[in-house]
Amino acid sequence: MLHELTLTEASQGLREKKFSSTELTNALLGRIKDVNPKLNAYVGMCEDLALEQAKNADARQSKGEMLSVLDGIPVGLKDIFNTRGVKTTCCSKILRNFVPPYDATVVDRLYKAGMVLVGKMNMDEFACGGSTEHSCFGPTRNPWDLDRISGGSSGGGAAAVAADMSFYSLGTDTGGSIRQPASFCGCVGLKVTYGRVSRSGVTAMASSWDTVGPFTKTVADAAMVLGHMAGTDVRDSTTPNVAVPDYVAGLGKPLNGLRIGVPKEYFGEGIDPEVEKVVRSAIKEYEKMGAVVSEVSLPYTKYAVAVYYISMPAELSANLARFDGIRFGSKPSGQVKDLVDYYYQARSEGFGDEIKRRIMIGTYVLSAGYYDAYYKKAQKVRTLIRRDFDEAFKNVDVLITPVSPFPAWKVGEKIDDPLKMYLADALTIPVSCAGVPGLSVPCGFVGESGNLPVGMQIIGPQFSENLLLRVGHAYEHSTQWHKKKPNL
Amino acid sequence: MLSLEQVKHIAKLARIGIDDAAAERFSKQLSGILDYMSLLNEVNTEGVELTSQVTGLKNVTRADEVTRFCTGEELLACTELPVVKNQIQVMQVIKN
Repeated sequence: MLHELTLTEASQGLREKKFSSTELTNALLGRIKDVNPKLNAYVGMCEDLALEQAKNADARQSKGEMLSVLDGIPVGLKDIFNTRGVKTTCCSKILRNFVPPYDATVVDRLYKAGMVLVGKMNMDEFACGGSTEHSCFGPTRNPWDLDRISGGSSGGGAAAVAADMSFYSLGTDTGGSIRQPASFCGCVGLKVTYGRVSRSGVTAMASSWDTVGPFTKTVADAAMVLGHMAGTDVRDSTTPNVAVPDYVAGLGKPLNGLRIGVPKEYFGEGIDPEVEKVVRSAIKEYEKMGAVVSEVSLPYTKYAVAVYYISMPAELSANLARFDGIRFGSKPSGQVKDLVDYYYQARSEGFGDEIKRRIMIGTYVLSAGYYDAYYKKAQKVRTLIRRDFDEAFKNVDVLITPVSPFPAWKVGEKIDDPLKMYLADALTIPVSCAGVPGLSVPCGFVGESGNLPVGMQIIGPQFSENLLLRVGHAYEHSTQWHKKKPNL
Repeated sequence: MLSLEQVKHIAKLARIGIDDAAAERFSKQLSGILDYMSLLNEVNTEGVELTSQVTGLKNVTRADEVTRFCTGEELLACTELPVVKNQIQVMQVIKN
């Protein structure tokens, strides 16, 4: 079946004229019709646009003018990426009618590479959450167990790629929003170095943390997509002018002598023993390939969640101030007394509880009298967490840890206890603190029925995506986890 | 523990309208979260610099040139408010 192909296979098939982009797109649209009602991964479709773009790709192919290896490949994108003429809601009621007048830089780059856009994907409202339950469209279900969450905030993209409803996808990762859903759904997810990929046209959550990265079925696919996304952008001043290597060419080199650090703070207390076992056996696999494994320590790890839940809401509260029913967002439905009442009502009706909570925490920690105690304190501890990583990378090339302390939980299980939900990100947030990249690679299954995917997190220094992809690719080559598919 | 009055005050600063039931719910949840933050008090941060940016970029500038990425009509189509003479009509802010 065409929808089951990896990106690499689909791309090769298009170039060899085994099938057309129109056929590929129709196959994907059929798969989405069959499976999406069970998963709720897509929240908006643009079939007509997709078929037109596919037709254009086919015309280019017949003239031998294909734009790139991504030309003619149909995909869906998280509904946080501005797509000109295609509704972009951030899965928030306040943006229910928003049709952006321009494309995000990364969307523009992928269009120039020949992307076919079939639809937009579910997420926690404004990317705030770890389960995609905080979406105004309802939760995305986990393809491996429909009673469970897909993870979040980019749950739609992870579930769709795992369920063959998109050949690749894009998510955003602020504290774990790509890596954790990738781990829970059993696909590959890459959180890039802060600044590696432009965020222009991507609705901002926490600006000193936000990153954009791919979901794919294999590590090689991730390497293929990243090359078309990465690089400096005049519209995003946080993108350093660091050369973009050929990520695909870097794959396949042997791992002899690779130094892997296993941080002790990421194992043990609070970690599901089954998850620990699966990740440790993946590390053993690397030893067989000639890597040298040693234990390391990142002593400030346990403070990362507290740092994040001060700094992120502070930045979020500032970024979401523009959603006031005037500059952005729908107007209030009822009568209003005055302008301030207008804001109260527009924001009260438009935002869900999680957004209100986070804006209020942000407002509190930035308010007079609390700024030093909370906000500045968090920025200082963030420095100490960054130094942990700097120190570790003096002695090892990469770190390997679990992505999440446990597998996907049941829908509704943590919804009334926000702190419990926040603590689920304890192993991804420190990586975001330091702005270093982290790659989530499927490495086994746990649970009573043995059907809940587990991802390992491969972490490297800033701008080491090339190395992470090579390390992830080597594991994928020696194991078969990525070939297992959910039964839908 | 944040009192209901404090929660309502924060909501007011954040321009979010909340009723009593929501204030009560948020008071419990926000207090729990803020309690957790006090974990940071055990860390000695004397002399540690602040992190507000992680890649060390400084003073990124570019030429101040206008680039047009969409038309005025496309921009005005984004609002639900009345458009009068190519401008968006909002509520009166300053009374006569």
